[in-house]
Amino acid sequence: MKQKNKLYKKLKKYEGYLFILPWMLGMLLFTIGPILFAIYIGFTEWKILTKPNFIGFQNYIDIFHDENFWNSLMVTVKYAVFAVPLGIITSLTIAILMNTEIKGIRFFRTVYYLPAVVSGVAVALLWRWVLDPEFGLINLLLAQIGIQGPGWLSDPDWVLPSYILMALWGAGGGMITYLVGLREVPQNLYEAAEIDGAGPLTKFFKITLPLMTPILFYNLIMGIIGAFRKFTDAYILGGAGNQGKFYLVYLYDNAFKYFKMGYATALAWILFVIIFLLTLIIFKSSSLWVYYESNDD
Amino acid sequence: MVSKVETVVENDVQVSEELKRIKRRKKRREIIRKTILYIIISIGGILAMLPFLWMLSTSLKDSSVVFQIPPQWIPERFAWENYPNAIKAIPFIRYTFNSAFITVMKMIGEVFTAALVAYGFARFRFPGRRILFLILLATIMIPGEITLIPVFIMFKQIGWIDSFKPLIVPAYFGGSAVFIFFLRQYFASIPKELEEAARIDGCSSFQIFYKIFLPISKPALATIAIWSFQGSWNDLLGPLIYLNSLDKFTLQIGLTMYQSLNKVEWGQLMAASLLVLLPVLILFFSAQKYFTEGIKLTGIKG
Repeated sequence: MKQKNKLYKKLKKYEGYLFILPWMLGMLLFTIGPILFAIYIGFTEWKILTKPNFIGFQNYIDIFHDENFWNSLMVTVKYAVFAVPLGIITSLTIAILMNTEIKGIRFFRTVYYLPAVVSGVAVALLWRWVLDPEFGLINLLLAQIGIQGPGWLSDPDWVLPSYILMALWGAGGGMITYLVGLREVPQNLYEAAEIDGAGPLTKFFKITLPLMTPILFYNLIMGIIGAFRKFTDAYILGGAGNQGKFYLVYLYDNAFKYFKMGYATALAWILFVIIFLLTLIIFKSSSLWVYYESNDD
Repeated sequence: MVSKVETVVENDVQVSEELKRIKRRKKRREIIRKTILYIIISIGGILAMLPFLWMLSTSLKDSSVVFQIPPQWIPERFAWENYPNAIKAIPFIRYTFNSAFITVMKMIGEVFTAALVAYGFARFRFPGRRILFLILLATIMIPGEITLIPVFIMFKQIGWIDSFKPLIVPAYFGGSAVFIFFLRQYFASIPKELEEAARIDGCSSFQIFYKIFLPISKPALATIAIWSFQGSWNDLLGPLIYLNSLDKFTLQIGLTMYQSLNKVEWGQLMAASLLVLLPVLILFFSAQKYFTEGIKLTGIKG
């Protein structure tokens, strides 16, 4: 009886494993196993129906000579360079406007947040209609003030601005994170600054913005990852020539249209390295510009 | 003497007049500030809502009115028939059922197993707990694109392609790492006394999880249920990869089919799109607070 108790106690120490077991299995089956497998696939020529053929680094060499790869990468980078900062600025501006205590502000918060709630094919199609060169909402409104709107998705120069516009429409989603941050700014800081004669701009750049940097940091990383993983809109809407071919769409085409599993996996690894390096750089740089309250934890 | 007093009184009157004037000016400035603010946020609000209204308006126009310039925001005749026609143009009901089935099955799996795993991480001290939790956090960072192709090949090997299984089964293995992390933070804040009392009463760990943790965590569970719903309902890539037969498609793939019909019927297309968005919109308006809950709880504040 005593021994049984001892054994029971010993086993009890491991009881937690029972609960995390599903995740451990899932991690092995759907993450670690596939990652190891993906390393191998990246070194093969594999047309799903045939047998994999080991070709060493050939996929990676080919990729660097592949015009479409460079094109899709450039489209994605260009998009990220504009959409991410503009998105952050828009979200922060909305949050500051929404942080005022005026009547009906709850209603406005809902209105601004709503576009971020919806996504998927329906939203992509909605934008295709809004951006229609002849009968779309935007060009009709522009015509009212005498401006001939561009062909948006059909004009190579306007494809990326179209996508940025769509992204900005959903910028209210980021608003919530900033709102939470703005609420936590100690009001006495503003009062002290006012006594020192600080104007609204000084207050914003010396108090609000530094205190927002942890949230900016979070949104910057999420924004970049999101930009590099853009798929649904890009897949549905495409764009003039190759100007709307985002990285993930090119990856998808290679894997599931041309069935080049090895090549597509190599593309995925390059995507991973890019995202990893960018995240690393932002993390490393964060000590320079992200402000952490010293009395925190 | 008298005149001195008078001047003082006069001064006082002047000062209070001056004060009143300053107050009035301040109030006027406040009104101007608020008016400008209202104008700015109203313009922004209109810009945010216009695409939705444009969608609704188009969905009620018949094809002759759709291309009319200047556009009618409220058509003279509501073309309600766009809705039944949109539903008839593709197997809409079938796809709604498929989407709903996948979404609900995934939601059950993701919420329940994420809670189970989160409970394990939050409430037990077992060897390797820290390192395993670090691994869990690391998996949040790994882009799904890396595992996309190997997992596809794996499911192909076991013959699961063109079934709902590849879309649903992985949800029962812990769900998403973000959900686990979120719930762990929540569970860790629940006072220890609650489970100690239950333990004295002879409850097993699983009973404590099931009878205490799950019921008192309803708000957190609702939050991840909503995230799960949003993710699955709007997912295009997953169904696109795994489903081939027409009768197994989801609404998201279904919507792409309208584009390949002979001619784009914008009225019908917008009606169909609106119908697909409707569950998400209804969910948003009925559970608004849960949509923003996560931000406070995941503690993104560095």
